[in-house]
Amino acid sequence: MSTTRTSPAPATTSPVSSPERGTPTRHVDPTRRQQAIAAWILALPFMALFLVFTAGPVLASLGMSFTDMRSTDMRNPFAVEFVGLQNYLDLLADPLFRKVTVNTALYLVLGVPLTMAVALATAVGLNRITRLKGFFRVSFYLPVVTSIVAVSVVWKFLLRDEGGLVNTVIGWFGVDGPGWLDSTTTALPTLVVMAVWRNFGTLMVIFLAALQTVPRELLEAAETDGASGWSRFRYITVPMLRPVLLFGAVITSIGYLQFFEEAFVMTKGGPLDATKSITFFTYDQWGYGNYAVGSAAAYLLFVAIMLLTWLQFRLLREKD
Amino acid sequence: MSQTLDPATPTAAAAATDVPKQKRPKSREGNIRTPAWLYGVMAAGLVLVVLPFVWMVVSSFKPESEVMSVPPTWWPESVTTENYSQLFSRMDFPTYFTNSAIIAVTVAAGNMVFCSMLGYALAKLEFPGKKIVFGLVLGTLMVPGVVTFIPLFVLTTNIGLANSLPGMILPFIAGPFGVFLMRQYILSLPDELIQAARVDGAGELRIFFSIILPLCWPALATLGVLTFLTSWNNFLWPLVIATSEEKYTLPVALALYAVGQNATKYGLLLAGSVVVVVPVLVVFLVLQRRIMQGVAMTGIK
Repeated sequence: MSTTRTSPAPATTSPVSSPERGTPTRHVDPTRRQQAIAAWILALPFMALFLVFTAGPVLASLGMSFTDMRSTDMRNPFAVEFVGLQNYLDLLADPLFRKVTVNTALYLVLGVPLTMAVALATAVGLNRITRLKGFFRVSFYLPVVTSIVAVSVVWKFLLRDEGGLVNTVIGWFGVDGPGWLDSTTTALPTLVVMAVWRNFGTLMVIFLAALQTVPRELLEAAETDGASGWSRFRYITVPMLRPVLLFGAVITSIGYLQFFEEAFVMTKGGPLDATKSITFFTYDQWGYGNYAVGSAAAYLLFVAIMLLTWLQFRLLREKD
Repeated sequence: MSQTLDPATPTAAAAATDVPKQKRPKSREGNIRTPAWLYGVMAAGLVLVVLPFVWMVVSSFKPESEVMSVPPTWWPESVTTENYSQLFSRMDFPTYFTNSAIIAVTVAAGNMVFCSMLGYALAKLEFPGKKIVFGLVLGTLMVPGVVTFIPLFVLTTNIGLANSLPGMILPFIAGPFGVFLMRQYILSLPDELIQAARVDGAGELRIFFSIILPLCWPALATLGVLTFLTSWNNFLWPLVIATSEEKYTLPVALALYAVGQNATKYGLLLAGSVVVVVPVLVVFLVLQRRIMQGVAMTGIK
């Protein structure tokens, strides 16, 4: 984050209350007061909406997860009882929750490295070409701006067992493709491949912008010294990209931990819950009216995201 | 000068721009040349990325029997717009389209207004509670949407906003991402501008509305487009809150249709996907430079 502070030095940030204490007012104080009033007038509309519709619900979710609230208690939230960690304990003992946790971990473990690799490779490739660069960049970004629901419908159609385009094409090479979404072993990895197809564009744009900050002279000097393409990439580009790679890993992880839409449209979470994620589980709990249980599951996911983000920052720092 | 079609001027201009144009590729390539195979790899990637879209559009013009044919046909043997007309007779697509558009435009406009206001306060003004406000906004950037969705459902239902457009708009109209983006942009504006306006006797709010805000257009446009796209494609929340058909958004209508009993009507589903995807593709292609800059900006900081 930027640390450029151009406003008055910290020494002069005296408390605003100083005029009220009767001390002789300094000539800067009136504008300080005006500034504070103006700042709060500007901040208020956002903060009001934000507290009610974002920050409030985040806290309410935590509170709810320690109660026995169900949809039937909705009109009277104060009638519900405090049950401590019971919901969390129940979740940890629930085989379905264990399964969706494993599935979510699989989405993460398969999806993040694959997305990062495809995005980085494309960005490095785009950075090397001189012609049609903009055209390729825009085309690779196309899937990102489209609705997940719409592209899920298309992919579901492409991946059909009989007459699907994917199986037709691999059939030319003598491979008999399975019903990709019908088997418990292939459904989840197939959804990951589709998610990579849809999401790598964002990271590609970010990586490409970062690659342009790598000084060309450095790469050219290294080449003159006889460094191969791979070692230039490994010892110059990657270290310089480290902060951006970290950022990419964090946002991609957060995305895969919340996997939902693709599974909802393409497999309805099946076959046999093989593609259900924690978000899907929360959605189901809401449907059954188990509000407290759903909130507890969402909070466990939140904790997982926090832990993982923290871990990624730690790991990357230690490498230095 | 610009109106006279003097034949000499364009050539002169072309000659003038030609010089650096011819020079640039040479100096750019330097020692590191672009291998030809790289274009081959890029082209292959392009096919993989774009083919599903082409397939979607082409297949949506096939009659239902041909959509499901084995092996699939590459080009429709008989072109029909039957799928599209069914979209409007069997499903109320104009309504879903209007809902999606109203929500996306309002959310984008709201974020532009509210986020630039707070972004300016955080970037350039000193006020008590600044650190707390900034910490709170940044802190929620990482919170996944599902964490809020059950309490938010209880809240919107209790205040009578369930199954309504305001219920779909309000939770997204003031997002932390926009504050972050606007703050970063406004930080880069010179302080002298604000100081000079103060010396001239402009009030603090006046400085924001008549000096800062007009300078923010590039960032505002980026934020507007990004929030419009996110909102247009938003799925989980509208799915939860919209209970009657006339309140569905396009993605919700399409998804419920796709997982429902009519899931075998693929031609219809593909036509629906085209209707969902094509408007945003147009917006994107027109404004892609701005979007790319915005995305890159959030990554680099």
